[in-house]
Amino acid sequence: MSGIIGKKIGMTSVFSADGRNVACTVVEAGPCVVTQVKDEEKDGYKAVQLGFGERKEKRTVKAMKGHFKKASTSPKKVLAEFRDFRGEFEGEVALGQEIKVEEIFKEGDFVDVVGTSKGKGFQGVVKRYNFGGVGDATHGQHNRLRAPGSIGGASYPARVFKGMRMAGRTGGNRVKLLNLQVMKIIPEQHLVLLSGSIPGANNSTVIIEK
Amino acid sequence: MSELIKLIEQEYAEKRKELPDFKAGDSVNVHVRIREGNKERIQQFQGTVIQRRHGNTNGETFTVRKISNGIGVERIFPLLSPNIEKIEVVRKGKVRRARLFYLRGRQGKAARIKEKL
Repeated sequence: MSGIIGKKIGMTSVFSADGRNVACTVVEAGPCVVTQVKDEEKDGYKAVQLGFGERKEKRTVKAMKGHFKKASTSPKKVLAEFRDFRGEFEGEVALGQEIKVEEIFKEGDFVDVVGTSKGKGFQGVVKRYNFGGVGDATHGQHNRLRAPGSIGGASYPARVFKGMRMAGRTGGNRVKLLNLQVMKIIPEQHLVLLSGSIPGANNSTVIIEK
Repeated sequence: MSELIKLIEQEYAEKRKELPDFKAGDSVNVHVRIREGNKERIQQFQGTVIQRRHGNTNGETFTVRKISNGIGVERIFPLLSPNIEKIEVVRKGKVRRARLFYLRGRQGKAARIKEKL
């Protein structure tokens, strides 16, 4: 699996070759720096750690400064690990190497995107779990429109089962979306256009995997 | 809007500038590219623009209505679609609203639109 770290910019739409108007998300992906190369001998598994975005020197703890110094690069804001990076090209990746978006993806690729969904606060079950709500708005029904309904039995089992879906904090989770198509890559600005929407607010960090 | 998004939309913004100016009430002739197997040909669709929607976005569309063999036919075209070869403005119409849905209930003489001179 290879991948890159990026920043969500926003959404627009473009026309595909066959004339369809496709909604797209613009992501500023990379350039990333290889901050660590893990191997089976030392770490027990193969992986590559990438860094993205600048972090202020004075905001970096000493231990991390050392980590970045090893890769002879400036402190980075976000680090992410990719197991078995680039698959067959494993040998190519070197510590401190700069990874650009056009080196990883090409137009037409299908990728997965990981991000943190927008926090929605305390929400009821209709929004949180797509419940249908209870019954009708009319016919004598009142104040039950978006209620969860029954949450279980009565004297048996005399308790509510664990994991029962109820209202609560919604969003703000790590979400992975599968099979988004790379519509376009603009190497000069490190931009990549992905079909459809991706998790999170604009300017949030996302990880694109292939 | 982000500068980076503008950069991506630039291509379409330039295309928009090249298109003729037309609005609801105008008669247009739309040249559409049609693929049949491996062959590509141009089909023309001439009629009255009855509305333009989603203005100033890449998804902007316009609806053209014509009477074909006595039956009203409407087609919705994406304004910036690569399948649209050319849009010709045949006649400028003088109308008092942006959406001409009232034409749907009319035929012949009643469905006329005055020309804007």
